[in-house]
Amino acid sequence: MAISKFNYNSFNVTPVAGRALAFDADADGFTTASGSSMILIKTLTASSSATLDFVDGTSDVVLDDTYPVYKFEFINIHAATDQADFNFQVNVAGASGFNETITSTHFGGYHRSGDGASSLGYQSGGHQAQGTSYQRIFADSNNGNTDSSSGHLYLFNPSSTTFVTHFMARTVGRGSDTSNASSTFYYTGGYVNATAAVDEVSFKMSSGDIDAGIIKLYGIADS
Amino acid sequence: MAISKLNFNSLNVTPSASSAIGFDSGADDLETGAGGGSMVFIKKLTASSSGTLSFVDGSSSVVLDNTYKEYVFIFNNLHSSSNTGLFQVNFSVDTGSNYNVVKTSTCIQAYHLEDDSEAALGYAGSYDLAQSANFLTLNFVSGTDNDESTSGVFTLFNPSSTTFVKHFISRVQGTEGSGYSMDFSVAGYGNTTSAIDAVQFKMSTGDIDAGTITLYGIA
Repeated sequence: MAISKFNYNSFNVTPVAGRALAFDADADGFTTASGSSMILIKTLTASSSATLDFVDGTSDVVLDDTYPVYKFEFINIHAATDQADFNFQVNVAGASGFNETITSTHFGGYHRSGDGASSLGYQSGGHQAQGTSYQRIFADSNNGNTDSSSGHLYLFNPSSTTFVTHFMARTVGRGSDTSNASSTFYYTGGYVNATAAVDEVSFKMSSGDIDAGIIKLYGIADS
Repeated sequence: MAISKLNFNSLNVTPSASSAIGFDSGADDLETGAGGGSMVFIKKLTASSSGTLSFVDGSSSVVLDNTYKEYVFIFNNLHSSSNTGLFQVNFSVDTGSNYNVVKTSTCIQAYHLEDDSEAALGYAGSYDLAQSANFLTLNFVSGTDNDESTSGVFTLFNPSSTTFVKHFISRVQGTEGSGYSMDFSVAGYGNTTSAIDAVQFKMSTGDIDAGTITLYGIA
């Protein structure tokens, strides 16, 4: 009987879970390879959610030494409450509560929709100096039906027990100024001042729920 | 004789080194490509008291040519051996013989001290370049305490172009020895229409004691 389908073990290569089939560096044999270095790990979709939490080992979330860099992407985060801030915090292995020590910078700019004003400046209301509060990454979200914020957050080597854990976020959205909405962006950078492994990340608004929106977690492989 | 294993040339596709095998856009044939995504790992260099870390096209499996239109370097926990070392980059158009491409750049810096006594945002004129072939600073001095380091992302656009100057965007987050959180955003261009085929990173003084720099191509 003719072979009509090749199964995974038909190829002259040792199967490795989750990897692609590829030609080797000499193009004269098979090997396994990562199809892409940016691997989707988990998508959380808000639905009047008080928090969206990514916890290593729970609900298929991987947040450990599998990847050296993790990237969260925020897509159309819609606040239930006008002028609420979009924030994050972390928890380290063996501890409880999202209350790790953070030192950070926070700056941004805006341009009002009526072209009335624009600005760039440091935002001390959103930075922390060895604080344990949730870290702001977008301020004053407008909660109109068409409004939201989007962006990304990098978390570098969260499993390290040698180095503090650096993060960098950049967000954009329609900020609320009660009477005059604006295109608003923020840069947030800093570090979790702990040498324990960060294995949980929590996102929430400063008041009210995350009414809607998506947060995706990716791992960025380095091999 | 029964087929026990399919070898590389058993498939109806031309082998291509290090490329994945997938279905084509019509889902009616096989083709080689990046596989399930567009961010492709190329090379990781790990510092170990390293004077420089260099990515040279064609050397040590590095690809830095017209294979990709965009290249991303990710810095992870770069630890400086000197508390006066600035993390820097330069480019080469002669496969690493000289790192001296003329650059014009901007730099904005945000910082915040752990004791909350200082915090600011500003243009950092000390760290920009104006038609200079010097190494370009990507972050302020990194502390040398065991838990201090520098991390970030550097993007180089279309380095193989022989038409356009070479744009780059960098953002680096670090810890400074006195207890500052430092956020450096650098952007600019290598003012050359020759193809850039090598990139070198180093500290202005001392070594890159530890850490990794990983190069990706964006397909």
